[in-house]
Amino acid sequence: MARNWERPKGAEIVYERPEALSDTVTHYCPGCTHGIAHRLVAEVLDELDVRDRTILIASVGCSVLAYNYFNVDAQQAAHGRAPAVATGVKRTSPGSVVFTYQGDGDLAAIGTAEIIHAAMRGEKITTIFINNAIFGMTGGQMAPTTLVGQETTTTPAPTGRLPERAGMPIRVCEILSQIDGAAYVARQALNNPANIAKAKRSIKKAFEAQINGHGLGLVELLSTCNVNWKMSPGDALKWLESNMIPVFPLGVFKDWAEAGSGSGRSEVAAG
Amino acid sequence: MVLGRKVLMKGNEALAEAAVRAGCRFFAGYPITPQNEIPEYLSHRLPEVGGTFIQAESELAAINMVYGAGGAGARAMTSSSSPGVSLKQEGISYMAAAEVPGVIVNMVRGGPGLGGIQPAQSDYYQATRGGGHGDYRTVVFGPATVQEAVDVMGQAFALADKYRMPVVILGDGMIGQMMEPVILPEPVDPATLPLKTWITRGAKDRNPNVINSLYLDPEKCEALNLRLQAKYQEITATQQMAEIAYPGSQYYVVAYGTTARICRMAVTEARANGLAVGLIRPITLWPFPTDSFEKVMDDAKGFLTVEMSLGQMVDDVRLAVNGRTPVYFYGRAGGMVPSAEEVLIEIEKMTRGGGR
Amino acid sequence: MKGYVFFEEDRCKGCQLCVPICAKGVIRMSNRINIRGYHPAEAATPDDCTGCGLCARMCPDTVIRVYREATAKAGKG
Repeated sequence: MARNWERPKGAEIVYERPEALSDTVTHYCPGCTHGIAHRLVAEVLDELDVRDRTILIASVGCSVLAYNYFNVDAQQAAHGRAPAVATGVKRTSPGSVVFTYQGDGDLAAIGTAEIIHAAMRGEKITTIFINNAIFGMTGGQMAPTTLVGQETTTTPAPTGRLPERAGMPIRVCEILSQIDGAAYVARQALNNPANIAKAKRSIKKAFEAQINGHGLGLVELLSTCNVNWKMSPGDALKWLESNMIPVFPLGVFKDWAEAGSGSGRSEVAAG
Repeated sequence: MVLGRKVLMKGNEALAEAAVRAGCRFFAGYPITPQNEIPEYLSHRLPEVGGTFIQAESELAAINMVYGAGGAGARAMTSSSSPGVSLKQEGISYMAAAEVPGVIVNMVRGGPGLGGIQPAQSDYYQATRGGGHGDYRTVVFGPATVQEAVDVMGQAFALADKYRMPVVILGDGMIGQMMEPVILPEPVDPATLPLKTWITRGAKDRNPNVINSLYLDPEKCEALNLRLQAKYQEITATQQMAEIAYPGSQYYVVAYGTTARICRMAVTEARANGLAVGLIRPITLWPFPTDSFEKVMDDAKGFLTVEMSLGQMVDDVRLAVNGRTPVYFYGRAGGMVPSAEEVLIEIEKMTRGGGR
Repeated sequence: MKGYVFFEEDRCKGCQLCVPICAKGVIRMSNRINIRGYHPAEAATPDDCTGCGLCARMCPDTVIRVYREATAKAGKG
């Protein structure tokens, strides 16, 4: 696509918007890490040179309009069903690169069966799982990944989420890594450039799991929702680091390339 | 198989074979009585033709797989029975709105709730009124014999592709389980079908295709609805199918599917007793064959609707008749099958000016 | 290392995530209001930019483009 950018003469490009990302400014809130996640996926699609055979399965949540932000074919899925829709697409067109982009309600609440069974079947698809511990689009209700004590509109003050009423947060990577058909399972965070770089490497491996025919690749990205957390964007990144990472440890839980993978978490291989 | 040779087949299996011959290359389903032979048959038949068979984790997942496969260009099908078809309503609504083709087979059983496994026709409303949310319809076929089921399967896929919509085939446990002689159609090679330009195969050298049903702007949402309605109006004008036995009669029994076969026996008996009774047998339940009612209205004095339900298609009969003659109803529920004797009693009541 | 940084101001939502990332303190939020109603980020001291690109990697809206002088060139042309 023609992007008429001013480039300094003789300089090399350090960063420009990836081809796979459209020019449309997103509707996400200022500081929302959805934008970072979208960007990383687009960068990976460009680097793997698969943009023109990629199909996005958009889900329901703040990212419901994701098909406006990626320069790829897309199909909108009902809430939670993206892995099933992706299965239909990938089995029909195995040469396509098919990925789902889902939030914590879509994947860990209503869609739990679909992601587990897509992994069980070893579907050659990639899932980008955005975990911001809250339901963003609908105005800040509890998510399956909401922390104990965290205030949301359905786990209100003064107690926030109470285990005796609402249970405790669910750890998706730990569950999925036990499934044989899952080829790559990793959890990363988007709170600082170093973690963002690790996240990108994991996203690339999750796509390679599909492209090289190994099975399902999933990357859980710890993300912020500063508006529903009622914080500034910068404070939200700090809250993620202090509160979410201890509950959702970062690392690679399953990597088809590593023998004995799936029995634990490897921090060393997080890159 | 030799073309034109009759083979004895169980209904569910004949339907499945007919789907493959119609070019179906993707099936996802979940076991539920009384249609299990359909996924079982396709689990070995589809791989033979390079197709995909998936036993999905639920009927809900299955319809969403069909939605995806249809969006990527395949002739895709799912099958289930009443409780499972309830689960599929969300997906069918999405297919209708996003204009994605596919075929859904419902072998109706007694309901509501978990119900029974005996045949019924109590999903007529669900099938013909757009059983999921929103203002949409699906073409609905109500075949009466295994041969007819085989024949409508090809039409179902053709209409689904032509109009880009889901199509429902409403059967029941009798059709699914009975064995009848059938002539199977000549196979269609999906590679010879017209190319679909709107599908998701990768945006190479073109703008991305987006298959979507989200329309946050109400003006655009209304425009979608009007576009769908225009499609449905064209289908209503051109795709009605019905059989009229003994046109020119004074009274008619109206029934579809296996109930119509029972009613035909009662009609034959009634005519032998001197009653001027005919049979109107809708084959498309949506579009409802109102044209057939117009054809017979001049001489008609009454219509008796017989269903394996407590009255669903009778609403459409009343709408078609539009107050011009009485409309009577007789039904059995919960998996009970009416006998020809019971129907004959109701026919006689109708001709005497009474009846329910 | 000489870097060059460009801000597509009308994309910026004023989230300020880029400001603390820059090791050279090049970025600040301007007093202008862009087409979206936000104060966009800008390079206050662009000459200090080293072209590390971390600001662009933090930005959720691909507001920032980053370049640097080509390395391993014997003579500047």
